[in-house]
Amino acid sequence: MSAILWISGGRVIDPANQRDAIGDLFAVDGRIVEQLDDSQRAAARKVDATGLVVTPGLVDIHVHFRDPGQTHKEDIQSGSYAAAAGGFTTVVCMPNTSPVCDNAGTIQRIMDKVERESVINIYPTGCLTLGMEGKQLAPTGQLKNAGVVAVTDDGKCVQSNEIMRRAVEYAKMLDLPVMDHCQDASLTQGAVMNEGEWSLRLGLRGWPKAAEDIIVARNVLLAEMTGAHIHMQHVSSAHSVDILRRAIERGIPVSGEASPHHIEFTDADLKDYDTVFKMNPPLRTPADREALIEGLCDGTLCCIATDHAPHSPDEKDREFDAAPFGIIGLENSLASCLTTLYHSGRLGLSDLIALMTHKGAELCKLDAGTLTTGADADICLIDPDEEWVADAGKFFSKSRNCPWHGKKLKGRVKSTFVAGERIYDGSQILA
Amino acid sequence: MSPSLAWNYKDLIDVEHLSRDEIETIFTAATAFKRAMEADDKKQPFLEGRTVVNLFLEPSTRTRLAFEVAASRLSADTITITGEASSLTKGETLRDTARNMEALKADMIIMRHAASGAPNYLSKVIDIPVINAGDGSHAHPTQALLDAFTLLEKFGSLDGKKITILGDILFSRVARSNIWGLQKLGADVTLAGPSTLVPEQFQALGVRVSHNLQEALADADAVMLLRIQHERQTATHFPSIGEYTSTFGLNQRRAAWLKPGAIIMHPGPINRGVEIDSELADSEQSVVLQQVTNGIVVRMAVLHLCYCAYKNKPIELP
Repeated sequence: MSAILWISGGRVIDPANQRDAIGDLFAVDGRIVEQLDDSQRAAARKVDATGLVVTPGLVDIHVHFRDPGQTHKEDIQSGSYAAAAGGFTTVVCMPNTSPVCDNAGTIQRIMDKVERESVINIYPTGCLTLGMEGKQLAPTGQLKNAGVVAVTDDGKCVQSNEIMRRAVEYAKMLDLPVMDHCQDASLTQGAVMNEGEWSLRLGLRGWPKAAEDIIVARNVLLAEMTGAHIHMQHVSSAHSVDILRRAIERGIPVSGEASPHHIEFTDADLKDYDTVFKMNPPLRTPADREALIEGLCDGTLCCIATDHAPHSPDEKDREFDAAPFGIIGLENSLASCLTTLYHSGRLGLSDLIALMTHKGAELCKLDAGTLTTGADADICLIDPDEEWVADAGKFFSKSRNCPWHGKKLKGRVKSTFVAGERIYDGSQILA
Repeated sequence: MSPSLAWNYKDLIDVEHLSRDEIETIFTAATAFKRAMEADDKKQPFLEGRTVVNLFLEPSTRTRLAFEVAASRLSADTITITGEASSLTKGETLRDTARNMEALKADMIIMRHAASGAPNYLSKVIDIPVINAGDGSHAHPTQALLDAFTLLEKFGSLDGKKITILGDILFSRVARSNIWGLQKLGADVTLAGPSTLVPEQFQALGVRVSHNLQEALADADAVMLLRIQHERQTATHFPSIGEYTSTFGLNQRRAAWLKPGAIIMHPGPINRGVEIDSELADSEQSVVLQQVTNGIVVRMAVLHLCYCAYKNKPIELP
């Protein structure tokens, strides 16, 4: 007896296939099918999606699940629950675990745990360099064979231009995208927030945008020289958007992502030294925020990624200088982006869903983010107009470091399906 | 004495959030304490039986002593804890350290901390009053208040007075608190020093920025010097101490650019021969030691007002 799913009456938005219409969506044995025959219809589990938006399961190519090594912050299971509750069915984990993902054994260990404990699709990335120290290339071929979908030293930008050049050349041979956290460390010694009027007011060590722009520019030059694709993670600066836009126009293989917090908050939000606004790269100015939104609207930035970075309450409950960088976002990302980009009139719903589904998947060459016939039936049901107040205390993540806590948001995930199985029903994980 | 002194804060974190009236309330109280002190009526009863903790997690001589003296003059018992002697070196968090002090029935905490915003944080995690004795590069409210108090003693009013702050502004909590305080009291503030230590963005706070010393000092009623911390944070910000002294150090010749009768201030510690010529530091124009003395009465005022607000008591003055 096969498992048959019939989601009826929703507004089905599948940007990869230019579909946006009220209709039904069908799946048999975990895969999307075009139609059901009469006997299948009779046997189908029917889900009424009237009034809801039906989209591919969301894709996030930038999360930190802290597993192995820092599982007091998050682990594969809790991270997967948080993702499911946020409508995400596919995520890509960063390699700055403990130990870091610079060897096939660690990747294998993650894959095993994903197999046992995750309710969604989780793909690992590997380090660019051994120990993420920026000195010697990691065994990229072995990492690829073990299952990584990209390589990156996220959190620790490779400072040596020579190492970066060789790393991208080598990754190109293996057809692996390189993702870079763009930060010239010499410009950010001791820095904890954007450099500008607010860092002067607060007396906190400032972090100039140029620290990001310099590396984005370097990466553009290296991508042009080598032909390797370099993806700029969590772009935060207006100049970086401009550099990327002009590089893409010239046909250079570069891309960039934006994070929900950078398109919503600014450095002025740090006025009370609340560590929930401390992240890397830091929140910038209203002009930067606007440039990021424009970059998403005109396609310069190809996708939205949360940079979900859990830290335990104790770790964040410190003096601002002493608290770690990073915030969580999986469980409110869709609602935040709907509020900031869709309800504000900046982006159509289909365009926003594209940024949160197939665009990121294509970058990492993942078979995800579409409702194409034959694809895995990873589906998200959304009420785009439901208003709710984010309550980090009720999140599935182990951590609470969420700047949206207590904020009113518009748009809510009502159900999440992975391979045709409902794993989240709007309040509970069904696993 | 005004019978209706109004003060609503149990904490003093910065000057930025005080109004001119509130600053003047502190000065009214400080003046009363100063008058009593000059009448040799040094000890006041207002904090009798109270325990004041000086939590000094960063080196300090003047500020710590001045707070100790101020608390003693208010009849409080004072306990001083320094960074090396605290359990913070054993990994205890600031929250736990402070909550333990609260559990030991301390009545106020005066804190010096290397991290900007630490007193903002502390005031959220404990109930008893928190007095900021300097946090990172953020604020040093009692220093700015005693500086303004000293200026007011000299000039009567700061309205329209031109005051130049010279030196390492970028890393200076004294400068930041003075920028707010002096402007609230009506002064025109100019920041001067090397471009790397006096970024143009400071103009957003309403001040003038100048990298030309002569222009910055011309017609100034007072110049406030700041110590150059070249050994610590400013290593890449300018070439050398010698270069600083030759370009921005205050000497007799340059002091002549000031308005006649202008005063020279310094929060200490002074690096003689670096930011100021030794003779000039000891000259008639210098009010450095008056600043120190005023530091006692201004801090008495702050401790007294904040404790009254905490206990919701009417404010009595000597």
